[in-house]
Amino acid sequence: VTTFGQEPLERRAIISGLGQSAVGRRLGRSDLDLTVEACMRAIDDAGLRREDIDGLSTYPGMGAGTPGFAGPSTPEVQDALRLRLNWHDGGGEGAGQMRAVISACLAVAAGLAKHVLVYRTVTESTAQGDGGRPGIGGGGGGGGGVPRFSGFLQWSLPFGAVSAVNWLALVAQRRMDEFDLTREQLGQIAVNARRNAGLNPLAIYRDPMTLDDYLAQRMISTPLCLFDCDAPCDGSTVVVVSHRDFAPDAPHGACYVNAVGTALRGRASWDQYEDLTSMAARDASASMWERTDLRPSDVDVAQLYDGFSILTMVWLEALGFCGRGESGSFVEGGGNIALDGLLPLNTAGGQLSGGRLHGFGLIHEACLQLRAEGGERQVYRSGGRTPEVAAVANGGGPIAGSLLLTRQPG
Amino acid sequence: MVANGPALRLLPRLDDDNRFFWTSGEDGKLRFLRCRSCENLIHPPAPRCPYCLAEYLVPEVVSGHAIVESFTVNHQQWIPGSDPYIVGLVSMVEQSDIRLTTNLVDIEPEDVHIGMEVEVVFEHNDDVYLPLFGRLRSQA
Repeated sequence: VTTFGQEPLERRAIISGLGQSAVGRRLGRSDLDLTVEACMRAIDDAGLRREDIDGLSTYPGMGAGTPGFAGPSTPEVQDALRLRLNWHDGGGEGAGQMRAVISACLAVAAGLAKHVLVYRTVTESTAQGDGGRPGIGGGGGGGGGVPRFSGFLQWSLPFGAVSAVNWLALVAQRRMDEFDLTREQLGQIAVNARRNAGLNPLAIYRDPMTLDDYLAQRMISTPLCLFDCDAPCDGSTVVVVSHRDFAPDAPHGACYVNAVGTALRGRASWDQYEDLTSMAARDASASMWERTDLRPSDVDVAQLYDGFSILTMVWLEALGFCGRGESGSFVEGGGNIALDGLLPLNTAGGQLSGGRLHGFGLIHEACLQLRAEGGERQVYRSGGRTPEVAAVANGGGPIAGSLLLTRQPG
Repeated sequence: MVANGPALRLLPRLDDDNRFFWTSGEDGKLRFLRCRSCENLIHPPAPRCPYCLAEYLVPEVVSGHAIVESFTVNHQQWIPGSDPYIVGLVSMVEQSDIRLTTNLVDIEPEDVHIGMEVEVVFEHNDDVYLPLFGRLRSQA
């Protein structure tokens, strides 16, 4: 147990409010504009006023990554809303995208802030314009000197492994060899996402998709095809993290933070992690279950990162919803992961069809399901009850974080 | 036919830590740092041995033989003008936790399988010798 004899301090935190900006392809709006829109909606949803907000947190902010990836920095958002902050934090290193949520939980537990706006904003669709999805390093060319690369990128870019899809294709191929994973099984992640997106009026891709449609898609990096890759979009998602003492005053009720998964025990590397088939998801998941008495069988709904379909397969095993190497047979036919299945999965369409809101769309949907505000896609468990426990995972590869949320206090 | 790599090689920036590795192929040999204390090979280069934390590390020639741990055929035009090429992940026969991302060259995807043994061949670009891997020369 990694709580060192204390109550897990994250349990003092709740998600008290949710906000999302317009979400779409090529909205042509600035990241700050979308963020402010989502912040205003989240503050209102939590029944708060701007003056109540005293914390601000994001992933990653401040110019990180390819164009449209980073979202506005916390100083920009602080100034745009003239927030009076007792605590603020941003950055791209930590337990996946949800590091921004986890640090906010710890800030409210420590008394550094009462109500934290936590945002993740992407404008990748507008940034890409009519061009394709960029590789890391841009792909060079065009004369004028091609840049050279240091750090971890030097070990992959020279060989044309310039995107996470290449790095994760290696994971997928390995799983096909080691566990007899098939494309038909992998395709269930994409087909399930599209089916659920059809029930989500805000999803990016809603037209029906069959397994045959999936199998006919063009390859990006074998065995991963276009439909194994998430859909770049523009949008901002905000959650308000508050101290649990505020729960009775939250108009939509609280989503209680039960446990967070933050561990990184193997090598933090795309190609050196010792077990190619699991990577950091294994560590984050293990550390989360070490912090709670809840078990995988208690989870009513799962929102597991699907930047690429293969990551969802990895998370299904890492979080213990099935055994190692068994995620292929677990998703076979799609029944287990459907809205009325054993483990309803990525119920808003995930990132594959809902849009690449980069982890936060999944957190948002987990809260909506716990709040029984899922509309047409609301999950009902046996006896007609709405979900009590939701698991969320962000990232995969060498960076991973997980979160267990409950409708009742832990 | 697949290509041996992308149409343009994005190259590493050489520094005092990585120069020995990226220029090792000048004499046709692959080198990794070896810890003189615990005898482990180390990759990527590090200031101390990450296994035993000893400081005395020296580049050492290895056989250049490796095992294919995984592979993918890239079709996406990240780098304009590229034909499909094979990205491989290989582990050194001397020490299985030392891996390289690389290209598998002069071989068709249907002839590649996980677990096969391959051998290093260097591609010279500017001041860099990229370690690529192909069929064992004794069997070529």
